[in-house]
Amino acid sequence: MSVDAATVRKVAKLARIAVEEDEIEPLANEISGILDWVEQLQEVDVSGVEPMTSAVPMRLKRREDVVTDGDRRDDILANAPDSREGFFAVPKVVE
Amino acid sequence: MTDLTSLSIADARSKLRAKEFSATELADAFIGAVEGGDALNAYCEKTPDLAREQARTADARLAAGDAPSLCGIPLGIKDLFCTKGVRSQSGSNILEGFKPPYESTVTTNLWDAGAVMLGKLSMDEFAMGSSNETSCYGNVINPWRRKGDDSALTPGGSSGGSSAALAASMAMATTGTDTGGSIRQPAAFTGTVGLKPTWGRVSRWGIIAFASSLDQAGPFTRTVRDSAIMLEAMASVDDKDSTSADIPVPDYEAALTGDMKGKRIGIPKEYSVDGMTAEATALWEKGADHLRAQGAEIVEISLPHTKYALPAYYILAPAEASSNLARYDGVRYGHRAKLSQGDGIDDMYAKTRAEGFGHEVKRRIMIGTYVLSAGYYDAYYIRAQKLRTLIKRDFDEAFEQVDAILTPTTPSPAFGLGEKSDPLDMYMQDIFTVTVNMAGLPGISVPAGLSPDGLPMGLQLIGKAFDEANLLNTAYALEDALEFMAKPEKWW
Repeated sequence: MSVDAATVRKVAKLARIAVEEDEIEPLANEISGILDWVEQLQEVDVSGVEPMTSAVPMRLKRREDVVTDGDRRDDILANAPDSREGFFAVPKVVE
Repeated sequence: MTDLTSLSIADARSKLRAKEFSATELADAFIGAVEGGDALNAYCEKTPDLAREQARTADARLAAGDAPSLCGIPLGIKDLFCTKGVRSQSGSNILEGFKPPYESTVTTNLWDAGAVMLGKLSMDEFAMGSSNETSCYGNVINPWRRKGDDSALTPGGSSGGSSAALAASMAMATTGTDTGGSIRQPAAFTGTVGLKPTWGRVSRWGIIAFASSLDQAGPFTRTVRDSAIMLEAMASVDDKDSTSADIPVPDYEAALTGDMKGKRIGIPKEYSVDGMTAEATALWEKGADHLRAQGAEIVEISLPHTKYALPAYYILAPAEASSNLARYDGVRYGHRAKLSQGDGIDDMYAKTRAEGFGHEVKRRIMIGTYVLSAGYYDAYYIRAQKLRTLIKRDFDEAFEQVDAILTPTTPSPAFGLGEKSDPLDMYMQDIFTVTVNMAGLPGISVPAGLSPDGLPMGLQLIGKAFDEANLLNTAYALEDALEFMAKPEKWW
């Protein structure tokens, strides 16, 4: 099995998803099953092949460096679960 | 009077202009159909008041002789298009109650073209699924049933609400998005036409992202002509999406001549796979015969890296999703978990995401996080991107010989809800469609016939990049020859 319980815990932490202890083993099995299946990509010789970076070759567009939008504080805050005095509110962050 | 809800866009357009009925009457007929269709669970938000208001505006434009292409045409919109002031959750609890303060470019284009919104359509959560079973709104039921069998079937996914609503005449056309097959597979399962345009043809601005290098919006319609009308309205060159192609949108409808003389159609031998039903093979041959009879030359081609498209997709799509879905943190919109005494900001993120995301989404975020993590990035992500180059190269070489490629859309017709519990079994749904997303090409599913138990099946045509005009014309010729007229028997 390619992914063990410790790896699942580590990945869940990196992804900021709380995972209950009884979910770890089933997740390890499912993720391993999928990763074992994608292992077949190893049989292809990819030497000298460039990784694809865009589905369609195109230059990234440029535009004038000017303000086109803004002054929408209330719109931006309208969907926030908690906002106070024009700011998003979150639990206290102590470094 | 004919049943207004069964008309095509093209027919309704001319009848509206001829004043045979008003946009308001048309909207009311569809609002009634939507109200009567709750058993299918296709709509997750209904907007009858907005529809009536837009229909009144459409009637005024029709009266003034200023009617654009979709004037008064009632549409359903997939839940991941942001619609101003109307709940847009991408089928997820993490976006609980989210009402965008802006409108996506695609829907803006549709309203500018005079269309009317009936409501929002259910979908797999963040478009991750092939059966609509991961939606936070519950299963959508396919209006089609097997002959003599009442069991509930999937309308396909992820755009399952879009396919079911159209097949049940609860919209004249619907919008969808397609990352690995999410328009074409549901279209095949419901006897409708589903088009995935070239990546970059339709703006992604205001569409809730799943895998940005693969996502592309497109229409579900009754006919290929309607698909051309819808694409022309949806597509645009958009300053708000720097990846929207700087290519003018052509007149797609004008390309529909049905002339196949001198065209070369490729049949890829790698698409004959184990597990394909005999009906799918027979329909594939029938489709090729029809195109040949219309003057096209049928050519066997090879796309040797086909079998690697799906496993490479299941590295790349989760990788992009893990990055795109990092924004759901309980701060700016949607759900935030109730916190316990002493919980810090990391607890807020982790609890919010654990509660808000469903199982399939969590699993894909974790796979994406894993393949992008230190030590695995080259082995998984970079290798998959190299495979993508090889898949694209296969198509480039094939298109030196042929104008379009014909394949089945899916190996088999719609399956029963709850029938596929193994994720890999579900992922195989996209085996014939995912290659197209990997290469960024346009693809269309056209209804081809019925299976022995009475379910619709589709044929897929794949075209050259930004050559939707010729692709639609080939689909038009195929549609004309196949003469698919079947409709689901109304039981809901």
